[in-house]
Amino acid sequence: MSGSSGLGYHEGVTGPAAAMPEAVVDLLNSALVAELTVIDRHGGLRTDPLIPFWDGRHVLMTSSILFSRKLEDIKRNPRVSVSLSDPVGIPARPFSRATIQGDARVIDEDLHRGWMRLLPLWEAKEPVIKKFITPLQKLGLPLFWERAVIEITPRRVYWWAGGDTTRDPEVHAFQPVAG
Amino acid sequence: MLVVADESGYPLSVATSFKVVDGTIEATPVSALPSVIRDTEEARLVVSHIRPYPGVGYDQRRYIELSGSLSVGGPAWRFTPRAARGWDEEQLSFPELCQRAIPQARHYLAALTAERGRKVKPQMAIGWRFFLATRLPFLSATIIPVFLGLAAAAYDGRFSLGLALLTLLGAGAVHLGLNVANDIFDTLSGVDDANFTPTQFSGGSRVLQYGLVSLRQMMGLAAAFYATAVVIGLVLVAVRGAGLLWLGLAGVLISYFYTAPPLRLVHRGLGELCVALGFGPIMVLGTYFVQTGRYAVRPLVLSIPVAILVMLILYANEVPDRVADGRAGKRTLVVRFSPAWVLRGYAASAAAAYLVVVAGVISGVLPWPTLAALATIPIALRVLRGLREHFDSPYQLMPYLGKNVTLHLYTGLLLVAGTLAGIPFRR
Repeated sequence: MSGSSGLGYHEGVTGPAAAMPEAVVDLLNSALVAELTVIDRHGGLRTDPLIPFWDGRHVLMTSSILFSRKLEDIKRNPRVSVSLSDPVGIPARPFSRATIQGDARVIDEDLHRGWMRLLPLWEAKEPVIKKFITPLQKLGLPLFWERAVIEITPRRVYWWAGGDTTRDPEVHAFQPVAG
Repeated sequence: MLVVADESGYPLSVATSFKVVDGTIEATPVSALPSVIRDTEEARLVVSHIRPYPGVGYDQRRYIELSGSLSVGGPAWRFTPRAARGWDEEQLSFPELCQRAIPQARHYLAALTAERGRKVKPQMAIGWRFFLATRLPFLSATIIPVFLGLAAAAYDGRFSLGLALLTLLGAGAVHLGLNVANDIFDTLSGVDDANFTPTQFSGGSRVLQYGLVSLRQMMGLAAAFYATAVVIGLVLVAVRGAGLLWLGLAGVLISYFYTAPPLRLVHRGLGELCVALGFGPIMVLGTYFVQTGRYAVRPLVLSIPVAILVMLILYANEVPDRVADGRAGKRTLVVRFSPAWVLRGYAASAAAAYLVVVAGVISGVLPWPTLAALATIPIALRVLRGLREHFDSPYQLMPYLGKNVTLHLYTGLLLVAGTLAGIPFRR
């Protein structure tokens, strides 16, 4: 799989795929769940499971305003980490594990439609999602579909071959492509 | 997964295995070189699980985040937990999780509003907001009794299309006014805010909780519906005479004081009776009177089964709401009764609806084709079974609440068809 995701989603990518290791891109593109850790208002750590996407430059996630505490935390302190570690939730073969540290930005100018740019990536992992976003379906939980995008610019990537975290990881200082 | 803050201030999360030994957790040491994990009071241990369905999605979502201290070194690292947070989909359904999170959504929207200096609120097309706020699909509860009154009038050789349309419009306005007023007063009394398990059949439209419509807009909408109903009612009274006035007035007052203070009829265990009267005899007899200028026994008898079945819609819909209703002092029959008596009440009421049809035919009041309404008995039995099996599971109950609505709809339509089919056999 290519570093630019191979999912037909290239919005915002102006150069070649950044230096994200291919194995980590595979994890990002196949993961149904990743763990996002943010630093809360008290300086503590807070982890939530979210579905991750990769657009070739950023790790992207989307969060409903219902579960927006993490968004508030990111606005206060953008330093986050994303763990790709669950062998059940990540059907990548061969399996490996990775942690991505980065700086996150909350994009919430248009809560209603802004996140929809992630739909092609989301649908590739969870095809049923299209059925949940028809106007009639959205009536059931309208606030769930008011969402922000979390855009994470990777700064450091740890990658454990075979998923064995007792061994030293490969570490990549990530250089984002200039936009 | 172990989570700590690294020396540069970023969170660092690393998968590990662990086991519980004498109340503390022993984790397998991990390597995240060049970052060095040190002893810390601020560590997290996160356990999460999903069951993926490739190409579809996933279920069985659950995760636990333990906060505590981490002591590294030696063959096993020791994590001593202090607190835990998390979510297990099997313990707390996703829809309920979302309902419980509404205050956080409001808080976020309020912060954005303050940040941008303009109101930020959730968006929905005006047509869908109207659909949701008025609970438009429930209009079938009005259409059926109006059609029944029209069928009874047609059986007696009277039918005016213009008056029929006016009646339908007026009755529909009362019903939608009731739905909107119900949301207003249930929000003001705290009933809807306390309800974390609303379904599409219960717990109100929630447009106020979601911030889709303001209280002022809802009040305007309710006033518009009631004004429309009153104007149409007065036109019909002018056409048909004062005999209609008292019935129409009773309908509007029951509708308004259903949840409105000071009467708040539904809080006194009278909601079922009000709904039965309003969507049964009042609408059927009122429609019949508009067409014929008189009252009669046949439309009254025809109204009783649909009155009972529409009452059972409310009654069953109160089952998932009963905890929130009880908390807010809304003492519906379902709140007052034990689960066993709620089920007995449903069975007895449904049986009574069908017995009235049979008795009406035997006594010659109802035309024999109305016996076709008995064809819906299996639906009633399915609803009863669903209530019995899923009494404490609001979301598993939903399909049966849907069937309960169709029970009223189909039985009503069969009574309408039976009455019309009886016209050639009139004596």
